[in-house]
Amino acid sequence: MAQTFTKAMARNIFYGGSVFFFLLFLALTLDTNRTLPELDNRAAITEQVALGKRVWEENNCIGCHTLLGEGAYFAPELGNVYTRFGNSKEAIVGFIKSRPKDGIPGRRSMPQFNLSDEELEAIAEFLKYTSEINTAGWPPNTQG
Amino acid sequence: MQYKSQAVAKPYFIAAIGLFMAQILFGLVMGLQYVVGDFLFPEIPFNVARMVHTNLLIVWLLFGFMGAAYYLVPEEAERELQAPWLAIAMFWIFLIAGALTVLGYLLVPYAGLAEMTGNQYLPTMGREFLEQPTITKLGIVVVALAFLFNIGMTVLKGRKTVVSLVLLLGLLGLAVFFLFSFYNPENLVQDKYYWWWVVHLWVEGVWELILGSILAFVLIKTTGVDREVIEKWLYVIIAMTLITGIIGTGHHYYWIGTPEYWQWWGSIFSAMEPIPFFMMTVFAFNMVNRRRRNHPNKAAILWALGTAVMAFLGAGVWGFLHTLSPVNYYTHGTQITAAHGHLAFYGAYVMIVLAIISYAMPMLRGREAANSERSQVLEMWSFWLMTVSMVFITLFLTGAGILQVFLQRYSENPQPFMAVQEKIVLFYWLREIAGLVFLIGLICYVTSFFVGSRDAEVKIGSAATSPA
Repeated sequence: MAQTFTKAMARNIFYGGSVFFFLLFLALTLDTNRTLPELDNRAAITEQVALGKRVWEENNCIGCHTLLGEGAYFAPELGNVYTRFGNSKEAIVGFIKSRPKDGIPGRRSMPQFNLSDEELEAIAEFLKYTSEINTAGWPPNTQG
Repeated sequence: MQYKSQAVAKPYFIAAIGLFMAQILFGLVMGLQYVVGDFLFPEIPFNVARMVHTNLLIVWLLFGFMGAAYYLVPEEAERELQAPWLAIAMFWIFLIAGALTVLGYLLVPYAGLAEMTGNQYLPTMGREFLEQPTITKLGIVVVALAFLFNIGMTVLKGRKTVVSLVLLLGLLGLAVFFLFSFYNPENLVQDKYYWWWVVHLWVEGVWELILGSILAFVLIKTTGVDREVIEKWLYVIIAMTLITGIIGTGHHYYWIGTPEYWQWWGSIFSAMEPIPFFMMTVFAFNMVNRRRRNHPNKAAILWALGTAVMAFLGAGVWGFLHTLSPVNYYTHGTQITAAHGHLAFYGAYVMIVLAIISYAMPMLRGREAANSERSQVLEMWSFWLMTVSMVFITLFLTGAGILQVFLQRYSENPQPFMAVQEKIVLFYWLREIAGLVFLIGLICYVTSFFVGSRDAEVKIGSAATSPA
């Protein structure tokens, strides 16, 4: 068949193409990092927000919820939960605190994580910070 | 089996199959929790079952990749493995570390596991697919380094073929990009940005190199087509994979606080990501059609053709379905994503591992080239049961996803998440039934190893070698 297209040419396309597009990816990453301060709400990252992120991670919240659309699809999106709950940290704290230990018969229920008041405040602050990240207009509406 | 040290692949393959079985059982638990919300609550909450389900998948695929490498590299390099004892030692370390991690998930509350394993010193836990305690992640790095040393030295000291070089490159990339799992900044956007360097650059990047090289190996062995032809195809396929897939990472950067130009880069390049998968399908069928002999292991050829088709459908078609940013605006983080994830992982990675196991296992168990007729027939039944039921799982999840998108995001009066979930419960029930059929297929698969082991091998002479 096409003897004009040799294995050596295929190999060169592979190495050349991969290197070229990886370098392009690095360039775009560099530019992204330069632009991020305008988008990622980093000014709001306090020690409390950082603690909130740890609480988020160490209770594996992503195992049921999505955050900015990434995670599991078993429970509601939480990237905008702060606005969905009427811009209220108290509502978030109250919800997490009031989960019944043994669940709700026949229904999905969030576990009772027995978080301390400090951790509850921190997770609410973290979710507030997340809701203020510029996500190009996503999600389409407040239901997430 | 041409080289004694290839035998180290056997425990890797057996462990892979065992963990695959466990993964499916937890998948069924989760599927049931979708419809009977309090099933096993609070003993095994959904997040724990999911963590076990996804982590087992990754671990058993890694076992499969490593077994594949230990089997095929000696044959490609035409020499014994550098250090077979090291491969066996790493097998036990990886298996025990994996088992301990899963037991930790199941027996200790996750926050307790984080505390026990010192997550505060280097917090890496609690991110999707990277839930493993930091110490497990360090263990993975050690195992990967020992593995790469073993495989790398064997390749370097022996015959260097395109198949083994591409495999080595893929495995090297796998190890390098895993290092980003240790980078977990407080800034959520940056955290997510580099999290994808593990997840996307694995499954839509370097893992495809591993997939391509294993497929090429199986096709060389079973079809007898000239290596030069197959290697040229392999280069072209993986070239297209990385040319489209690297910038294609951008399809994850639409809505996570990254600049909006990613909507263009991501849409255009990821729209081309099906191309290498389609080429893989054409490649596999072409090689089998041009075969110069009829290999007696028909099951292995079925898996090889199957993976090429299903990877194109799952990764290519179902990926394209929701990759354009105006579409993804509505589908992002819905059951559409779950549908795509299931078919893509099954088609591309589950099936290629089952293909190499199918090809190699008869030799590893002391046969000449293939299992008995009865065993192969049962294995092919398992192929169809698992593949067809996975297609239905995907279709039901797609149905659920379309309704979810409409009711929650697209219609005039968007409804809350949980209200929508209750309305689409029918699809979740059907998915669970399809999952049970998958389990039956998997049981057939495992049984096929024990059926007809005393019967004679299937024997087929050389195919008619007429040039037509």
